[in-house]
Amino acid sequence: MGEGKILVVGGGISGVTAAVEAAEMEYDVILVEKEPYLGGRVNQLRYYFPKLCPPTCGLEINYRRIKENPRIEFYTMATVKNIEGSPGNYKVTVEIAPRYVNENCTCCGECEKVCQGEREDTFNFGLGKTKAIYLPHEHAFPARYVLDKSALAEGDLERILEACKYNAIEPDMQPQTLTLEVGSIIWATGWKPYDATKLTNLKYGQPGFENVITNMQMERLAAPNGPTKGKILRPSDQTVPQTIAFVQCAGSRDENHLPFCSYICCLASLKHSLYFAEQNPEGKAYIFYIDIRTPGRYEKFLNRAKEEANIEFIKGKVADIQQAENGDLIVIAEDTLSGKRVQQQVNMVVLATGMQPSLAGEEMPQLLEMDENGFVIPSEAKGMYACGCARMPLDVMTSNETATAAALKAIQTLVRG
Amino acid sequence: MEKIGVFICTSCNIGDRLEIADLEAAANEQGCAHCASMPFLCGKEGVEAIKNAIKENELDSVVICACSGRVNYDVFDFGNIPVERVNLREGVVWSRWPKVEEGQEVPEDESQIEVAEGVSFKDELMALAKDYVRMGVVKMQKYAPPEPYKPEEEMSWKVLVMGGGVTGLTAALEVAKAGYEAVIIEKENELGGFVAKMKKQLEVGHPYRNLQEPITKKLIEEVQANDKIQVITGATVEKIAGAPGFFDVTYKQGGSEETIRIGTIVVATGWKPYDASKLEEPYGYGKYPDVVTNIQFEEMLAKGELKRPSDGSPVKSVAFIQCAGQRDPDHLPYCSGVCCLASLKQAKLLREADDEAKAYIFYKDMRTMGIYENFYQALQDDPGVFLTKAEFKSISQGDDGKLVVEVTQTLLGEDLAVPVDLVVLATGMVPTTADDPVVPLEYRQGPGFPELELFYGYADSNYICFPYETRRTGIYTAGCVHQPMTTAQAMEDAAGAALKAIQCLKAIEAGHAVHPRTWDYAYPEFNFKRCTQCKRCTEECPFGALDDDPKGTPMPNPTRCRRCGTCFGACPERVIGFKDYNIDMVSSMIKACEMPEPDYGLFRVVAFICENDAWPALDMAAYHRNSFPLSIRFIPVRCLGAVNVAWVRDAMSGGWDGVIMLGCKYGENYQCHFVKGSELANRRMENVAETLQQLALESERVVLHTVAIDEYDKVPQLLQEFQETLEGIGESPFKGW
Repeated sequence: MGEGKILVVGGGISGVTAAVEAAEMEYDVILVEKEPYLGGRVNQLRYYFPKLCPPTCGLEINYRRIKENPRIEFYTMATVKNIEGSPGNYKVTVEIAPRYVNENCTCCGECEKVCQGEREDTFNFGLGKTKAIYLPHEHAFPARYVLDKSALAEGDLERILEACKYNAIEPDMQPQTLTLEVGSIIWATGWKPYDATKLTNLKYGQPGFENVITNMQMERLAAPNGPTKGKILRPSDQTVPQTIAFVQCAGSRDENHLPFCSYICCLASLKHSLYFAEQNPEGKAYIFYIDIRTPGRYEKFLNRAKEEANIEFIKGKVADIQQAENGDLIVIAEDTLSGKRVQQQVNMVVLATGMQPSLAGEEMPQLLEMDENGFVIPSEAKGMYACGCARMPLDVMTSNETATAAALKAIQTLVRG
Repeated sequence: MEKIGVFICTSCNIGDRLEIADLEAAANEQGCAHCASMPFLCGKEGVEAIKNAIKENELDSVVICACSGRVNYDVFDFGNIPVERVNLREGVVWSRWPKVEEGQEVPEDESQIEVAEGVSFKDELMALAKDYVRMGVVKMQKYAPPEPYKPEEEMSWKVLVMGGGVTGLTAALEVAKAGYEAVIIEKENELGGFVAKMKKQLEVGHPYRNLQEPITKKLIEEVQANDKIQVITGATVEKIAGAPGFFDVTYKQGGSEETIRIGTIVVATGWKPYDASKLEEPYGYGKYPDVVTNIQFEEMLAKGELKRPSDGSPVKSVAFIQCAGQRDPDHLPYCSGVCCLASLKQAKLLREADDEAKAYIFYKDMRTMGIYENFYQALQDDPGVFLTKAEFKSISQGDDGKLVVEVTQTLLGEDLAVPVDLVVLATGMVPTTADDPVVPLEYRQGPGFPELELFYGYADSNYICFPYETRRTGIYTAGCVHQPMTTAQAMEDAAGAALKAIQCLKAIEAGHAVHPRTWDYAYPEFNFKRCTQCKRCTEECPFGALDDDPKGTPMPNPTRCRRCGTCFGACPERVIGFKDYNIDMVSSMIKACEMPEPDYGLFRVVAFICENDAWPALDMAAYHRNSFPLSIRFIPVRCLGAVNVAWVRDAMSGGWDGVIMLGCKYGENYQCHFVKGSELANRRMENVAETLQQLALESERVVLHTVAIDEYDKVPQLLQEFQETLEGIGESPFKGW
């Protein structure tokens, strides 16, 4: 059988799946992830649709598969800088950013207690703060703190060094460069939420529009480990909203932003309507949509949402959002079925912002072929494959199908020799 | 194991709150060969000390009393020396806190806090920690290293691919390209399935904007040229006996039957069109000859004969009715996922064939998912294709013989009546597994995949994270029998299923389980002498791993088994066990705990915890320093299905005050990765109730709750409420017997 290792770039659900599936085929795998933890985007979801089950359940199984399998080597805070060579014989330069916390960390949390400096909580999309030294979240794997030196307050470092009994803090840690020799590469670099501030008519991030949030922020609000401990509250005044408008295709299916459909946003908004209904059965959701896209078996989820949540569907693209009294917002759209202009006042607006491939706008090694939107185009000839949302917008189940497929393709490259 | 070393960490608050010498004494009393304690056990020095102690004392196993086994898994790795982890950190010192009334300060010295007469908080905390240490040692004493299952017979490395359409052809090629052999069995005389009959298909790669020749031609050529692939056409699979690695597959070709030995199976039997004869009302199928299905229209396009079936006159205008018989509770309640794209494609082909022809597409929602939006966009610029959201109202025939399609709620804000030459119904796909087992398994639990009604008959996985998890080991589904999907997705899916089929073969060769316990080399062993042929194990196995002989004695098939332990949970005679996990082990752990004297108001609760979901939830609650009652001793189990009622009986007759089980959600959207674990455990509560009745104990003493992994915030309250229930009932009368 073929020799050589497989490199998986990206340790989200697709990358982790590709890595464990390949390793369980008895191939050696190196997994690199740019965040300080594995699991990627799905860590930030409260539930998966349509089952409404927590993503950490499947991640826990996959982490155990990693823990028990000596064939998987993984690096966090790692990014690919360069690729040279050819299929079967790639030399990949990977840079590992300093975590400033070494493997001695026991996660005891004493450092966090004494630290005063704070940083924006990126895991919660800016909804809240963490200490400068922090555990990204309680299911973080590997379970190890991270230090953001730029956020330290005066005297923090001394306090932290003293609090840590295990010599785990290394303020002088330097970036590290590794050269990996691999035979084939799987790109599982996933997606990032499209920058909603670019949708100027939808007012996200503009003063006075704190109650316009994105769908990923909605996930964090609904998550028990989120900034509000799972309570859906308006950012401006922390009150329980009675009405929420969901603006579909916020950036997607739009030549000026993302020309493609982001696949998951209809389902995500339906899921959010269910979160909302669970917490506030009297609440009302308005979904402004172009097409409701719940393909295949997901139709059942659409029916469930219609049954269990109080949703009014309005076919029409939102043209504008305006301020109303008390932090409320007025959503303005044309109802394309009646031809009438709709003005709906709501307590909160959720933009169903689309997914942009993580590599869009990034400078990548030349060998990697990408389309005009930043999706990776797989190449058997180059022994480079792509899966999940690095490849195209997908849901989790299909992402994992493509990840399993990519694992086999990467193995075939090694078999061909 | 016999020479057990116990190592106690004193860091991370363990040494601050616990008397380490007492823990060492407990370990020694329990019969360990060596015991030591030190700070920062997971540090380099700690690990080195353990390694030295193993060597010096010739230890055959170690028990690490420190943090949760979910962390530092790589640090405490001593090659082939088995390691048991006792969770003193998350399980004791981070999760058991004195109760504080509001405004009150917690006394620093926990031995000054009284929890019962003459008993301090510290005493109870130590009792808990000592019980955990004892349980850890006992567990290791009862542990035997697993031996991989090595069948005597030589296994087959061949992958059977059922179905020779795009998915099946691709699956076989993917298997072959990875270096393995595949056999395709196709029921038709020709390979290629639906796609081969198409005029053109959507592009299977970037930019997903154009049409291409059906890919089947190329795939068939590749399959025929590949000497690792055997093709059997015009044949049906009649019988599949045996188990992964050792399947005997009987197929019928012509009049004769043949049996071949197969390793694993990819099911790629695809779909069939929904029966359009059921669509006479309101769609006019069968009533008007010029109402055809999308399949029939594809045939017309492929033949290049765009003529009206009624009179042979040319087709100059076509109305496509989307979702005909789909998203419809009276027909197919689901969406077939590809019909929007199919109609767009057919409209494009119509326009290419005749640039004067007009196409009208009436849809409920245009579902061109993800990147396929590109194809939709490309067609929107064609003025000859009229697209609108609409609700279908009726079809009638005009005086000129044309069909008039009436629709309402259109984007034009008005109802439309459009006269056309031909109406195409976008009818949906029905998976071949909807009304046929497809895999004629000779299993005790019957043929086919169980409970596909959960997925509208598709042979799909219940798990979002694990799309290839079927309930029949070694048999994986791909393509449109798996989920409705496009050709491009079906080809990916075929590769995914091909990997799983090969991976399963490798697991069989190595002798370990397949997903989700891929690391597990143990398998259930049966003491048949004591079996009473009650058949519970054979009935309850979620994976159909157990057949039985005419007398009802179970006949295990270890290569079908996923190691959940449901069989041993079911067995009333306790005759089933794994080398490293068995009834006696857990019973002994329960018995190793020390019971307090009766009538002190001290309670003892044993908690059986699903190790994948509830166990991490407890860890996360502990990370947040939530508090659990001091009475509760947690025992992780691989699944609640693997909890034997004997354990409950042992605990309750031994003076424990209560038993709580925390497992995964069951029901329609079940989360148990062994399918039925918590559901079966819940059903077995009937037996538990009987046991309690026999012991004259209150039924509230044993409860089961479902806890998802993210519900760590709810667990403390749940446990506290159970504690309060028990306090309300009072101590067990068996305490002190």
